[in-house]
Amino acid sequence: MSNLIILPIIFPFIIGAVLVFFAKKSRAQRIISGVSVLAMVGLTAYLAIMAYQQDTVILEAGDWAAPYGITLVLDNLAALMLLITSILGAACLFFAFGTISEKRERYYFYPFYFFLLVGVNGSFLTGDIFNLFVFFEVMLLSSYVLIVNGGTKYQLRESFKYVILNIFGSALFVMAVAWIYSITGTLNFAHLSERVAQLEQPGILTVVGVMFFIVFAAKGALFPLYFWLPRSYFGPPAALAALFGGLLTKVGIYAIIRVFTLIFYHEPLFTHKGLIVTVAGFTMLFGVLGAVSQYDFKRILSYHIISQVGYMVMGLGIFTPLAVAGAIYYIVHHMFVKTALFLLAGATEKITGTTNIKEMGGLIKSHPVLTWSFFIAAISLAGIPPLSGFFSKFPIILGGFQEGQWVISAVALLVGLLTLLSMMKIFGYVFWGENKLTDRQYSTSVTNLLIPIAPLVAFSVILGLAAEPIFTYSLHIAEQILEPSNYVDAVLKE
Amino acid sequence: MIKEPNDMMFRVFIRLIAVIVVTFSIYLFFSGHNAPGGGFIGGLMSAIAILVIYLVFGIDRIKAALPFNYTYMMSIGLLLAIATGIISWIAGYPYLKQFFDYFQLPFFGEVELTTALIFDLGVYLLVVGAAMTFILTIVEDDS
Amino acid sequence: MEILMSVVIGILFAVAVYLMFSRNIIRVLIGTLLLSHSVHLILFTMAGLQRGAPPLLFLEAEAYADPLPQALILTAIVINFGVTAFVSVLVYRTYQEHKTVDLYDLRGEKDE
Repeated sequence: MSNLIILPIIFPFIIGAVLVFFAKKSRAQRIISGVSVLAMVGLTAYLAIMAYQQDTVILEAGDWAAPYGITLVLDNLAALMLLITSILGAACLFFAFGTISEKRERYYFYPFYFFLLVGVNGSFLTGDIFNLFVFFEVMLLSSYVLIVNGGTKYQLRESFKYVILNIFGSALFVMAVAWIYSITGTLNFAHLSERVAQLEQPGILTVVGVMFFIVFAAKGALFPLYFWLPRSYFGPPAALAALFGGLLTKVGIYAIIRVFTLIFYHEPLFTHKGLIVTVAGFTMLFGVLGAVSQYDFKRILSYHIISQVGYMVMGLGIFTPLAVAGAIYYIVHHMFVKTALFLLAGATEKITGTTNIKEMGGLIKSHPVLTWSFFIAAISLAGIPPLSGFFSKFPIILGGFQEGQWVISAVALLVGLLTLLSMMKIFGYVFWGENKLTDRQYSTSVTNLLIPIAPLVAFSVILGLAAEPIFTYSLHIAEQILEPSNYVDAVLKE
Repeated sequence: MIKEPNDMMFRVFIRLIAVIVVTFSIYLFFSGHNAPGGGFIGGLMSAIAILVIYLVFGIDRIKAALPFNYTYMMSIGLLLAIATGIISWIAGYPYLKQFFDYFQLPFFGEVELTTALIFDLGVYLLVVGAAMTFILTIVEDDS
Repeated sequence: MEILMSVVIGILFAVAVYLMFSRNIIRVLIGTLLLSHSVHLILFTMAGLQRGAPPLLFLEAEAYADPLPQALILTAIVINFGVTAFVSVLVYRTYQEHKTVDLYDLRGEKDE
């Protein structure tokens, strides 16, 4: 038991509530929120070390014992996700300082930024499926507010669709919770895992599992429920698009990984190797095709999120330690690189005032640092060695070949090629080519915006260069989550 | 929106109704520990009472009489609820563990007071604040 | 009783989905409300409809009701309250900005 693991939830909660009092004072908000996110990074780093040493740390809220009370569980996977979340949160917040308009700041941008982090952190930490729903809702409600913050016509129109889709998704979530409660009589992850194992997962439980998969697939933008993503991520300012692109879909993926390694793992032939792998293949393919056909900086990146989410669930679907480790590595890589790319798109937008790549050109001369940061992040995304994209896709595809999943592995390789193509399209239009900038745009300085981006790009390089220890760590996590008894024993203390 | 209130019966009876509703909401709030009720229901009830008063006497006049900032009320409620959990942390127990004791209060007799009541007070403030903010946002807009 | 509840839930769900498919955003809003009500009823029914005393308080009672689904529904209702509050304001603001409640006019541009 350690009370520390509640801190990633209540600390941003307190900060968010306090920031409401300073809504009209931009400077005070910036100081408080800036200091707080840095504290969050320190805290989650400490928690990651703690999880690494003790494997699984739990907290029984209110001192109610495990299957009955609300349990928070910190294992290595959750700790890793928490750490990345706070790093991305810090980077995007500092980027927001330089780009966000005063009007948006006054309408509770910072408080809801922190409430969003509450929801995300809570989803990673929670030990029962109903609180997963609750924290999903905290996260979604904050994301609704943030996505519509600013109130432009485009935002209002598109966020309405985003909200309605997610309300429907939440309704399905409650329904799935009701079903699983009526079958097993429990909601605690560990207890569920035990009971489903006792029942040997009959067909009805597989149906419920698929129901959960649909719910999380809608949040994680998997085929065919991805259509909302490019539209809703286009509206909000770059700092938010980056945070959403890096973070929100990954919460859905985390939930899929958690549920399908801990609870519904008895029918891998149908759920993992059948359903998840098929969905992953279509997700990758359609996502990247969308990206290839677009000529808008933010939209291309949004479609790439979809295709890369496919890689993550593909790793889970192949369901060997190697492939799952690859998927975890890929999530880490993707979160850093995708956030960096979105922030770079924001910086480019700040210079040129547009996101249409056909209207840009020649930034390599005026902004070399920006260009090369983009170049590193882009080829890392496409999977060129020695950057992180290569080392994280490699185990996934290797796992696919080892398991004889030829089709999906071939699709993954093809998608990698198309990713490179569309990244080079951006590079060719925006950074190469003849200079289309006016003199004033030419001399616009974005150095202050590059400061929060630099660590993310550096991380993506480090993730590639230090592939060996990071892969070992991912493998350690994968082995931990693929052996559900670790989790169950830690929570139920048997 | 009613600028010039003209409903005589409503104005006479609203004083009675509001008192009853507020009393009932306080009853619900305190009974919430062991019986049906609690901060959420109590808060909604109070919000309804305030809203009815708004409806009858007009917004501007009540704003002068009840100068609450409902947004601040929400975040005070939130902080109160979180702080309750931290009390048990400081005492060395898991987060949110509740403590209770029996007290002899004048007039009420023996009363059970728990830390969960402070939590519920937070919820109460939060709900009143949220409900009022949400409704006033739409009502106040004249355009 | 369960069958009656199932029928009620089915009707509610059908109405909700019908409303959500309509072109008027106010109807969509009402549809989401009904949808969440039907889902709460599902939660209630699936957990088993029981008669019994509240647990812990009445130690001599013969049967106890399962408190968990009730707690879950209360939580879900509270969340739904927040979401509804937000969506109502969102619908209102959308109407103010776009001067229309017709989703057909809110489709967005063709080339997106």
